[in-house]
Amino acid sequence: MITATVETRENYLTHEYGVKSWLLTQDHKRIALLYLGAISFFFFLGGIFATVIRLELLTPPGDLVSAQTYNKLFSLHGIIMVFLFLVPSIPATLGNFLVPMMIGAKDLAFPKLNLLSWYIFMVGGAFVLYAMLVGGVDTGWTFYVPFSTSYANTYVIMTGLGIFIAGFSSILTGLNFIVTIHRMRAPGLTWFRLPLFIWSMYATSIIQVLGTPVIAVTLLLVVLERGFHLGIFDPALGGDPVLFQHLFWFYSHPAVYIMVLPGMGVISEIVSVYSRKKVFGYKFVAFSSVAIAILSFLVWGHHMFVSSQSVYASMVFSFLSFLVAVPSAIKVFNWTATLYKSSISYHTPMLYAFGFIGLFTIGGLTGTFLATLGFDVHVTDTYFVVAHFHYIMVGGTMMAYLGGLHYWWPKMTGRMYPELWARLSALVIFLGFNLTFFPQFIMGYLVMPRRYHAYPGEFQVYHVLSTAGASVLAVGYLIPAVYLIWSLRYGNLAPDNPWEASGLEWQTTSPPPPENFDITPVVNHEAYDYSILEEMKVG
Amino acid sequence: MANHTLALRHQFDNVEQQKDASTFGMWVFLVTEILFFGGMFCCYTVYRALYPSAFGHASNHLDIILGAVSTAVLICSSFTMACAVNSAATGAKNALAAFLWVTILFAAAFLVVEMSEWHMLYKEGLMPGFNFTYHDVDPAHVQLFFCMYFAMTGLHASHVTIGIGLLVVMAFRASRGAFTPQYYTPIEISGLYWHFVDLVWIFLFPLYYLIARHLH
Repeated sequence: MITATVETRENYLTHEYGVKSWLLTQDHKRIALLYLGAISFFFFLGGIFATVIRLELLTPPGDLVSAQTYNKLFSLHGIIMVFLFLVPSIPATLGNFLVPMMIGAKDLAFPKLNLLSWYIFMVGGAFVLYAMLVGGVDTGWTFYVPFSTSYANTYVIMTGLGIFIAGFSSILTGLNFIVTIHRMRAPGLTWFRLPLFIWSMYATSIIQVLGTPVIAVTLLLVVLERGFHLGIFDPALGGDPVLFQHLFWFYSHPAVYIMVLPGMGVISEIVSVYSRKKVFGYKFVAFSSVAIAILSFLVWGHHMFVSSQSVYASMVFSFLSFLVAVPSAIKVFNWTATLYKSSISYHTPMLYAFGFIGLFTIGGLTGTFLATLGFDVHVTDTYFVVAHFHYIMVGGTMMAYLGGLHYWWPKMTGRMYPELWARLSALVIFLGFNLTFFPQFIMGYLVMPRRYHAYPGEFQVYHVLSTAGASVLAVGYLIPAVYLIWSLRYGNLAPDNPWEASGLEWQTTSPPPPENFDITPVVNHEAYDYSILEEMKVG
Repeated sequence: MANHTLALRHQFDNVEQQKDASTFGMWVFLVTEILFFGGMFCCYTVYRALYPSAFGHASNHLDIILGAVSTAVLICSSFTMACAVNSAATGAKNALAAFLWVTILFAAAFLVVEMSEWHMLYKEGLMPGFNFTYHDVDPAHVQLFFCMYFAMTGLHASHVTIGIGLLVVMAFRASRGAFTPQYYTPIEISGLYWHFVDLVWIFLFPLYYLIARHLH
């Protein structure tokens, strides 16, 4: 119900109206919402492909779709979810909205570039959509050569160009964040007073700036090879297909951390605010983000244990991959230590945070299984791998994204979401997710290969469980889609600081004014210092 | 004074912060660019190490004179660009515009020389994807050499072209008197970009034209 006291203060949503004011906006908050709309569309599109995949796998024979169609389904599911949803998800929406506000700035350093990034993303997305509409692509999201360059009979060039273009959106967003975090912090906001979300966005941006150009140039070479029948990677023409895999994973492994590091930042914020405590070991959590960013570039070879890589190289990559577990574990243990003897409240974002910590731990630990040479050879290209990375990407990133979206929803929209429905859907998503993906660990260990559209009857029980879980998960995702849109009009008006958080973004109004703060804030306390709220009340 | 309050964008607190941010942004962009070219340099290095003899033979088909001329032209352009930045800093408006136009001229000359090299290779039947008709020793890996050559010099040429566009805009703005010793950040960051483009060629030239010519 709308209360009688309609907000009279001008905010970023009301100070201009009309389509043009949105499409030409340079306000980071509005651009965040443009991204939110775009990536939500891609998420549900990718979800439709997943649904058809799960329906096909309900029965052992390939009866619902043909093998060729099935190949296109899992390729488009992967491409859309990875490049058009997960990579931009938290950075482009929550990051865009929050980075300037959390550091007390009026906007990002380069607002026009920020808008340009959105347009570049949309153009890249349009290329992929066009490829999808005219016939799709069947190479898998990895575009392995020489299949993608010489044998695939689908729209590889169009899709590859789409990802190439969308990559520049990611690079420019990362560049914008790095410069903003370095140069635009409010007076008194030193590096070690920054919220941990900023540290994680900074680490993510470094990966975006260093990794994305490599995949861009690799896909460019694939496009050239396919378009002009060159032999850069095709062994029949003198090229080396393993080189492609090296270049591809040099980006695509760090890309996993582009997806999950921002989620870790969100979880640090949520865990602190709903337990009313400083994050335990702030500096360790901050530096673990940077450590993950650095290590992420040293482990790509663990995707190539069976790709004719030398055993010596594999051993080195295996060892380095284990190292990633150290900073990841620091985060998990420190969140847990933060919760210890704290006053926890179970709001929806906190439920998502609990979900994240548990599911990320399972995903991370199975990652160390896969870094083990002997075990990896056994489960290469099986559902064990599929389950592992879905625990990280969906169980990790998606939980954090939804948690963050709920946590900052009052700030972004000026409306509260319905708590009861939100808690219910968080629970449904958690249960549905585990039912979908846990059976995949088991069938993967029993060596059910990934990317097959037909399979022996002995695996059916796991596929039935997985498909049942997927339908629960789908309902879980549809509930927030409905009530969040509903809340835009009918949700309770949000106070400026509904969670009594200490971050700068909560010290301005909900929704914020166009330039975020009326007066540039001066910071003289550390992050997550809840005692300042008491002082402010007294003051 | 009026000039640089006009030039201050709303998100910045003062001119220094704006200048720092723009310059820093360009440096970060150049880091991205290094990795962008880096992917191709990596391919080149791997293939050169795998097929040294084919690469040595292939490099003899490049014209070392044309390569040397284009290198000289680019180094000159970097020098005039540095002069342009210096003129901007000292407020020499006419010199600034003049140096920018000379830089553009050198850049265009570079492209002309490079296109004549490409045309020559095309006539020799050494352009993969169009008319590759090499039948001597190890044609597959000679083709690989030319694939990498055209991909890398092509990517570099596209950067030169973008640079020319950028400098033309800067030259017109300079003639209109848009820059003062207090505000010339666009000139400075265009200079950074231009030196980077030049530097890439400084690596491309020896890698393709100079090393292993003796293997003929």
